[in-house]
Amino acid sequence: MKYRWSLLFSLLAAPALAQQLAPAPAPTAAASEEAIDVTDDAAWQDLGIAIPTFPTNADVPTQTSAGSTAAVGRALAQVITADLQNNGLFKPTGPASLPVPTIAQVTAPDFHTWQAKQADMLVHGFVRDNGDGKLTIGCYLYDVALGQQLLKNAWVVSPAEWRRAAHKCSDMVYSRLSGESPFFDSRIAYIAETGPKDHRMKRLAIMDSDGANHKFITTGQALALTPRHSPDYKRIVYLSYLNGNPRIYIYDTELGTQKLVTQSKNPTFAPRWSPDGKWILYSMAVGGNTDVYRVPASGGESQRLTDSPGIDVGGSYSPDGSKIVFESDRSGSQQVYVMNADGSDQKRISFFGGRAATPEWSPRSDQIAFTYIAGDFHIAVMSPAGGGMRELTKGWQDEAPTWSPNGRIVQFFRTEKHSGHTGLWQVDLTGKNERRLPTPVDASDPAWGPVLP
Amino acid sequence: MLRSSRTFALLLIGASALAACSPKPPKMLPPDPGPAAAPTRSTTETQPTVQGPAPGSQADFAATLMGRDTIYFDTDKYNVDSADAAALQVQAQWLMKYPSKRATIEGHCDERGTRDYNIALGDRRANAAKNYLVSLGIDASRLTTVSYGKERPVATGSNEEAWAKNRRSVTITID
Repeated sequence: MKYRWSLLFSLLAAPALAQQLAPAPAPTAAASEEAIDVTDDAAWQDLGIAIPTFPTNADVPTQTSAGSTAAVGRALAQVITADLQNNGLFKPTGPASLPVPTIAQVTAPDFHTWQAKQADMLVHGFVRDNGDGKLTIGCYLYDVALGQQLLKNAWVVSPAEWRRAAHKCSDMVYSRLSGESPFFDSRIAYIAETGPKDHRMKRLAIMDSDGANHKFITTGQALALTPRHSPDYKRIVYLSYLNGNPRIYIYDTELGTQKLVTQSKNPTFAPRWSPDGKWILYSMAVGGNTDVYRVPASGGESQRLTDSPGIDVGGSYSPDGSKIVFESDRSGSQQVYVMNADGSDQKRISFFGGRAATPEWSPRSDQIAFTYIAGDFHIAVMSPAGGGMRELTKGWQDEAPTWSPNGRIVQFFRTEKHSGHTGLWQVDLTGKNERRLPTPVDASDPAWGPVLP
Repeated sequence: MLRSSRTFALLLIGASALAACSPKPPKMLPPDPGPAAAPTRSTTETQPTVQGPAPGSQADFAATLMGRDTIYFDTDKYNVDSADAAALQVQAQWLMKYPSKRATIEGHCDERGTRDYNIALGDRRANAAKNYLVSLGIDASRLTTVSYGKERPVATGSNEEAWAKNRRSVTITID
């Protein structure tokens, strides 16, 4: 699969959009250590956003999966509606129940019509065939009450990537209205599960953040676990039982080849990337004792970071790469620790009863998501100092959190008692908006990548 | 978890009375007599003398061990208790009898643990069994370990009985 994105914030292709993209509003002030920075979604719940079909200047066939330019225009509005709907923040109305604007109305909306429909915000856009196989897709956000344009942008996309323009438009709308960083234009790596509970087939799979463009990467002959996208999406590091023993491999998404991260007679597992993609953090068990190591992603000598006689495992870098949060049972049970990236200054941060496992540092750096084990398994967050612990979910077994690129949503997998069925879920930081992601088969070990380059 | 004290107590008691009945939840049932005890087949071919598995094979190991190829652990534990020790001694006897045979010890966990931790814990369990066999005189170079974490349960329920069966190490000889 090609990740080369012929994205042009193109002023050439769309003269009407010559205005520069306004700088994204600064995110709300970072939370202080103990303060709980929860998005107050109450005001947004009532914010009606109308998203009618994006008209086209000429309805011609395209190479996209959606059909002609007119069909693409309708599909774009549907994708944007689903994006904005599924996160509990807005009340979007999709193209099915709305009139289709003319191409002229895209830049001069009929605000009276939209006021009558009780829309607070209006998203318009257009689709144009460039004649060279590519499409130009425009996106405009209007404040209906003020009768004002808030933002606009346009993207030139290859037919295979038409949905990315919808996610870019969703990101533009979401960022402008929420003040948060974008996240829709991103991908998820995960493990697809099939078969009986005592002999699951587990395959590496990838998909867009909304579940579209799903693709299996491995065949299932070898058990595959715990994938992570590299920051540039060119590689996926994951665990495979290829040849019978658990080892970490790097899969090249462009070449479709893979290689061992380290040559070792010992099991290597729990791989994670450093934020700059230069290091791979992993765990290795030597004679029953597991410690955390790091190795250059390009190969080379491994460096041991922990040396406790207990199980030190997993880990996740702080966004600036200076610290690592990991899990250890050196105290007698699984708890969360923070250390410097070179392994120095190891400190336990979880002190609230129960066990704390699988810590993941938020891309905003202000929170650590983890699996809280006290009877059942719940997803919880705490500050990097261990304060402000809050449980976000209430499942029987919710495990392995991964952050949205903007640090506002936590994805995880949920296992059903008895049946062992698994599925991917996500929840926002309020804990109120939880939903299941569609996957073709059972799913576990999600890993949400950054916003696409 | 809070079961270590119990395990410890059993370890002490068990040390003086190895033959004590197993405290472990999965009871070792005698093998099903099966058709071997029912030779009254209607097909009257020349009955071959009932052959056991080839001596020194994995089938022979499994038949000899009668369930003692597997040892069980308490929640989050990897210590070898008296019942485990008794089973490992029988394993060691077999391995001594066939000194050219190698074995793999699989470590497993129940589903009530996080994935990465369980791989580490399964590795601990497999190594605990391996180290015990080595302490009984088995050459370490004959034994390899592999952890499956929680990926390969034998009991599929979500209850204490099933979990107890899944917290295990299994010795498999290599034919």
